[in-house]
Amino acid sequence: MRLNGVAYERYVEPRRLLSDFIRHDVGLTGTHVGCEHGVCGACTVIVDGQLVKSCLMLAIQARDADVLTVEGLARDGGLHPIQQAFHEHHALQCGFCTPGMLLGALSLLEENPNPNEDEIKLGMDGNICRCTGYYNIVEAIKAAAAALMASKV
Amino acid sequence: MKPAPFYYHAPSSLDEALGLLRDLRDEDAKVLAGGQSLMPMLNMRLARANHLVDINGLRELDYAREERSGLAMGALTRHRTLERSADVARRIPLLTEAIPQVGDRQVRFRGTLGGSLAHADPAAELPTIAVALDAEMVVRSRSGTRTVRAADFFLSFFTTVLEPDELLTEVRFPAFPARSGCAFLELTRQLGAYPIVSAAAVVSIDDGRIADVRLALGGVGETPIRAHGAEAALRGQRPTLEVLTEAGRLAADDTDPGADVHGSAEYRKEMAAVYARRALQTAADRAISLPLDGGGLGRG
Repeated sequence: MRLNGVAYERYVEPRRLLSDFIRHDVGLTGTHVGCEHGVCGACTVIVDGQLVKSCLMLAIQARDADVLTVEGLARDGGLHPIQQAFHEHHALQCGFCTPGMLLGALSLLEENPNPNEDEIKLGMDGNICRCTGYYNIVEAIKAAAAALMASKV
Repeated sequence: MKPAPFYYHAPSSLDEALGLLRDLRDEDAKVLAGGQSLMPMLNMRLARANHLVDINGLRELDYAREERSGLAMGALTRHRTLERSADVARRIPLLTEAIPQVGDRQVRFRGTLGGSLAHADPAAELPTIAVALDAEMVVRSRSGTRTVRAADFFLSFFTTVLEPDELLTEVRFPAFPARSGCAFLELTRQLGAYPIVSAAAVVSIDDGRIADVRLALGGVGETPIRAHGAEAALRGQRPTLEVLTEAGRLAADDTDPGADVHGSAEYRKEMAAVYARRALQTAADRAISLPLDGGGLGRG
């Protein structure tokens, strides 16, 4: 499996969840486990370009796949524009849902680079937050969309 | 929680998969497709499997094939593919309307048409639509192929006619009648949750009267319920509020909902009538608002 561009090889039981593989077999603990039955979205990662809840995938199903986790967002020591926007707009408090939110936002903006507020809310429906009330998350994603579009000019 | 241990198989062809299911038919094997319903149950140990047969490698089951009689789709077609398909929007707009309400964005990336139907949650959107549209399920095993109508496919909660050695490989949706409108409505406390009740309706109008109608309700029994009584009463009638309200009541009378934390049986029955009426109303309005020239389908 390639995680954030780095190849890993491990032996695991078939029942090893992808979320636990990422956290325990590889040691990338940025991916969080909230409910472990696919409702909260905290474990969200991107597998071969697909936004998935890693607690609902077996690690072996991601064999030979390219997996992106939150640790793969920052480049050269600098925050990804989406991370920067979350920071500037105070879109996190405890931070538990945040890795899933960041990847959800990345996936959404790849599909729809200029979403309106309703599209953001619908597009992020797989991620739950207990702290923020979502308002700042939506604002951050709007700002991130603008920043990403500006950087492509 | 974590799943209990199981043996894992990942066949790379349909033939290999059918061979495995036959060999494992007495070994408590379960098919793993998108995993969006099965994995939560395995994680919480509400379900256990001795063997998991992962069919995600069967790319040949992910397709859509236009037929004169309708649209045939492979069982491994992902919800996301259905959601974005122009063919589906053109020929089975009821699916296009309902799929965005199935789960959430992550669920729709992985979840499959066949998986949702085989899982047979009576509250789920796709089984309700399959029943409304008289979809046909193509079921295969090493012994052969059989076709099962949606009305016969769902037996009870989470129970279909699928034998342990059988795989649902294709779903055929018949084409909509010309000049028809459709609607899918669900009552749910939050977006993405399983509906408390849902209604799927297709109405075609001829000379101001209902020429043909399909109505199915979800979340109101052990399986989705086709409202035959309401349909019979509606044919030939003008789609007035009184007529549609009566049809909603007839449809609800045919249901036998259970009670759970989301609603009592009385509440579900009451809401079934309301949502049946609303779905019929919306479908009829969409049919009526179609341009007079040519056919076309009214959709949301």
